[in-house]
Amino acid sequence: MSAADPALGAGYEDPPTRVGFFTDTSVCIGCKACEVACKEWNGVPAGDLDLLGTSYDNTGGLGADTWRHVAFIEQRRPPGTEAGSGELRWLMSSDVCKHCTRAACLDVCPTGALFRTEFGTVVVQEDVCNGCGYCIPACPYGVIDQRRDDGRAWKCTLCYDRLRDHTEPACAMACPTDSIQFGPLDELRQRAGRRLEHLHDLGVEDARLYGHDEADGVGGAGAFFLLLDRPEVYGLPPDPVVGTGELPRMWAAAGAAALTLVASAVAAFAGGRR
Amino acid sequence: MKEPRLVPEVEPTSYYGRPVIKAPVWKWAVPAYMFAGGMAGASSVLATGARLAANPALARRARWTASVAIAAGAALLVEDLGRPERFRNMLRVAKPTSPMSMGSWLLTVYGPAAALAAAGDLLGLPRALTRLADWLAAAAGPVVATYTAVLVSDTAVPAWYGARRELPFVFAGAAATAAGGAALVTTTPMHVRPARAFALLGAATELGASQLARRRLGEVGEVYRQGRAGALDRLATLLTGVGGVVTWLWGRRRIGAAVGGASLVAGSLAKRFAVLEAGIQSANDPKYTIGPQRRTVEPGRTGAVADAPPR
Ligand code: SF4
Repeated sequence: MSAADPALGAGYEDPPTRVGFFTDTSVCIGCKACEVACKEWNGVPAGDLDLLGTSYDNTGGLGADTWRHVAFIEQRRPPGTEAGSGELRWLMSSDVCKHCTRAACLDVCPTGALFRTEFGTVVVQEDVCNGCGYCIPACPYGVIDQRRDDGRAWKCTLCYDRLRDHTEPACAMACPTDSIQFGPLDELRQRAGRRLEHLHDLGVEDARLYGHDEADGVGGAGAFFLLLDRPEVYGLPPDPVVGTGELPRMWAAAGAAALTLVASAVAAFAGGRR
Repeated sequence: MKEPRLVPEVEPTSYYGRPVIKAPVWKWAVPAYMFAGGMAGASSVLATGARLAANPALARRARWTASVAIAAGAALLVEDLGRPERFRNMLRVAKPTSPMSMGSWLLTVYGPAAALAAAGDLLGLPRALTRLADWLAAAAGPVVATYTAVLVSDTAVPAWYGARRELPFVFAGAAATAAGGAALVTTTPMHVRPARAFALLGAATELGASQLARRRLGEVGEVYRQGRAGALDRLATLLTGVGGVVTWLWGRRRIGAAVGGASLVAGSLAKRFAVLEAGIQSANDPKYTIGPQRRTVEPGRTGAVADAPPR
């Protein structure tokens, strides 16, 4: 199994191995060390200090000032369902930019501020971004966002600076349980497959991989997950799709509409002459 | 063998009701630009039609409408940027995968062409050059009027992505409505007759395509009926409808044409605001993201989840 390397597609001649994250949520303890380490290393502003009042999670989701986000879910599985015994359980998961193989944010960016690095990751060049805002609704995961006071779009860089220094990203280094694993994507995918099998053998039927499959709507994620429930429970979309795949058909529709406009004018003048 | 389920399949759930995707951050200037660009593009078509039909009075006014509208539109685009002083970066690269990039380049052709077509005679430029500009504006105009539909469709926003086949027709119709409406306001009834027909055809296209879009969208279509988006959409339909009827019945009189035309222009403007607002509403409620994706997952696709990883 080999990961199609998007760095090759982006024109790098002999890129280093594609790297990524495998976030194994089954061992996440919700400590948020990743959130803190990310902010520290990347100099991300604190953002609003809010109590959301829904759970131990007071960050809510990824955004311009949150590049790692730990979701916290308290669940009582209804008795009688296959997986449920009426017991209470906590699900914790550290979310991050997926560094999509086919990245919507990068595709729609009109300035080239968003680019594919030699490591196959997706990064915003802050000195080029002009704050057009297109990437924000384009991302199917709701990752990238605008800093309102600054106007530009911001998101996880997968610690581009550290990668170039051959150091692992801050979040992965800080994670005390190895829930966040960093490495060559091929290796991570194999490791994830073994982990899934192991959990299934232990009877953890709920375990599933998310973003692991290159056949999904974004060509597979560079940052993928092992989840214990449906993706939407964690705030993740069940079937994310990059809009670019439909783009030729969208332009065809626009072309047809443009011709309709011309035809309307022709009809209007032809009718007028009668 | 499986036992029958005792409880029904879990409803599409979400993370504390929080949105899955981020709503567009675009403000009023973006729908205003879409309106202005539409009015400009369709006016250029109208102008060339009028020139060919030997109706210089209508042609001249439509050309001016186009050039003023596109100049205003360009200013609106810059105004909405988070970093307006970096607007030049729009032309840093040409990216076929980005409808916004393609649109920016299109505007560098269309804008000057529309301006030249309008002002060429006034400036005493060679007739051939003005003619060329006029043709160029007429060719690029319909694309200027419709590419914005591609721009919004190429996102994860359910009310836009789901309506990607119909939105260009909504925008094309609204553009003709605005261009015809503007001509009705600026041109005497003696010369405006084709513009009247153009506006009415546009209104019909816009209303019909909107109807189709809502039907195609299924449950997501309800955002076009609810909240602010619903109010704006109803306002747009009302203005376009009233404008159409007034134009139809009294458009041969100066006052009827002016009132009907103004109403059509306002309807076209309101429509773009309705579309933006519907997009925002559909992005802010996770059920519109999760629901339709769940349905694409269940029958065949596994989506982003792989229970048994490929070996
Ligand atoms: S998850 Fe969103 S922001 Fe990250 S690469 Fe994919 S499209 Fe871009």
